[in-house]
Amino acid sequence: MKQLPISVILSGIFLFIIALWVLLPHVFAPHALSQNLELSNLPPGTDGHWLGTDTLGRDVMQLLIAGSRSALVGPIAIALGSLLIGLTFGNLAGWFGGWIDRIISAYADLTLSMPSMLLAIAAAGIIGGGYWVSVFIMIILYSPTDVRLVRAAVLQQKSKPYIESTLLMKLKPFHILTKHIFPNISSIVFVNFFLNIAYGLVSMSSLSFLGLGVGPGDADWGRQLSDGRQYLFENPSLAIGAGLLIILTAVSINVIGNYATEREELDNLRGKRTKRL
Amino acid sequence: MKDKLFFILKRLGNSIITLFVLSFVIFSLLFLAPGDPARNLVGTRQATPELLESIRAQHYLDEPFLVQYARWLNGAFRLDFGTSIRAGADVATHVAPFAATTFQLVGMALFFSVIFGLSCGIIAAKNQGTLRDSFINVFALIGTSAPGFAVGLLLLYLLAFQLQLFPMFGSGTFMHLVLPAITLAFAISAMIIKITRQALLHEINTDYTTFMKARAISPIRITLAQLKNASPTILTSTGLVLAALFGSTVLVETIFSLPGLGNLLASSVTFRDVPVVQFIALIMAVIICLTSALVDILVYLLNPQAVRVSTSNLEHAGLLKGRKK
Repeated sequence: MKQLPISVILSGIFLFIIALWVLLPHVFAPHALSQNLELSNLPPGTDGHWLGTDTLGRDVMQLLIAGSRSALVGPIAIALGSLLIGLTFGNLAGWFGGWIDRIISAYADLTLSMPSMLLAIAAAGIIGGGYWVSVFIMIILYSPTDVRLVRAAVLQQKSKPYIESTLLMKLKPFHILTKHIFPNISSIVFVNFFLNIAYGLVSMSSLSFLGLGVGPGDADWGRQLSDGRQYLFENPSLAIGAGLLIILTAVSINVIGNYATEREELDNLRGKRTKRL
Repeated sequence: MKDKLFFILKRLGNSIITLFVLSFVIFSLLFLAPGDPARNLVGTRQATPELLESIRAQHYLDEPFLVQYARWLNGAFRLDFGTSIRAGADVATHVAPFAATTFQLVGMALFFSVIFGLSCGIIAAKNQGTLRDSFINVFALIGTSAPGFAVGLLLLYLLAFQLQLFPMFGSGTFMHLVLPAITLAFAISAMIIKITRQALLHEINTDYTTFMKARAISPIRITLAQLKNASPTILTSTGLVLAALFGSTVLVETIFSLPGLGNLLASSVTFRDVPVVQFIALIMAVIICLTSALVDILVYLLNPQAVRVSTSNLEHAGLLKGRKK
């Protein structure tokens, strides 16, 4: 077991703190939404409000902590929904092949060749309905990549000898896929799930920034970035803080995800080499 | 020759099918909006029964859905998208001035990112494992994972407000476009760096490189040869890059208050100005689909065997996801 690189450890610690913010908002930001107009627009460094306050007199630090929840719950839902669709249709296409595979692959190719962000903005804005409608649209646009990934992984496993033995044992396809193939592809699938959270964070905060995610005044990093932009020069801490938190969270998830992918590939290479010897 | 023609026709056919489906989705937007389509098209005007009737007649809202779609598509070919709800003017004439800003912005961003991305990618690959390589890798990692509007806001605050190197908001001059273009280029060049570095590393580990080195051919000529062989992979990425570029113009133009297509799309969306949204979404979709088709065809003509390989390389680099931004 090689030691973890310092970047992975730092990303892990950062994400752990963010996770605590998401899970325990009443501990870290009990007064996030309480307004006090007498204390509006305090500059950073004020006693008791060390990132200052916004125009409604809300504490910026607490707002940013509270914003983590809607910034990340949606992306996790997107990654989860996309994972479920990916597993269902990827397994179907990869295992059964034939016309099922052709229909599913054609659908995935078609969706992948569309300008997804553009479509998401247009659809989320016109349909309206806010946060969960946006999440639903993003799941539809994200799932084809997952379908293709699972399909490719299943195809790769299908040609291996252990599958032949399960076939000889006359096991049911569902049993083979869940009990035998899934454990062998689960690491790729979970790394992809994890990376999807970062892409989801970027997409959802983009939509919130355009006013298409959460409602006005709600605590959400994307929304705070666009709200804070209006008074960037009086108190920049809300907009800059939200921007930095989005960037750092997305980069941290990518650092860990990329590290896991590289290790997976190294393990595969080593595995192949020993087999060849 | 027959293969080539077949490939070109197949690729163009794919784009046309994609565009067809997209146009259907874009058309349906009017009916996906909550409420009565006729009332939505009235907008802020007084909704008198006569006005509603005339709008129903003008948009053929009483006819079956597919007939309406056919009429709409037929109009779209003649750039006739009806009237903007907000501006009250013909959609195409209303949108045209905004398009100029966006095309200048995209052109400048593409220029910056190709030059910066290619040179950084080459430097990183040639100095693999050194401090310079890891520095460029960190930049590429941040560029590919951070959203453009957050980066844009930081640049705006640091370079325009604190250092006063650029004008803050507004448009009109060359300098107003530079900072937004840098913001766009930040993400795009990061994608190009990743692809170039990976493609070049692949070429560096080949027999012909070793052979050229053994014959003491100058490093510049070796690099040129490697670049030539890596070019299909790098070129294919341009198609993806363009899709990402148009997606992020919406956010970057909003951050910098630039009057471009993206900004107009964002504000029309919040105003539910459906005809304008449909028009902009369709133009951008046509541009993205056709350019990526052209790039694919160009790559195929350069080297027919490269197409399959290069797409798998892109998937490998995790960059097919990149276009979601």
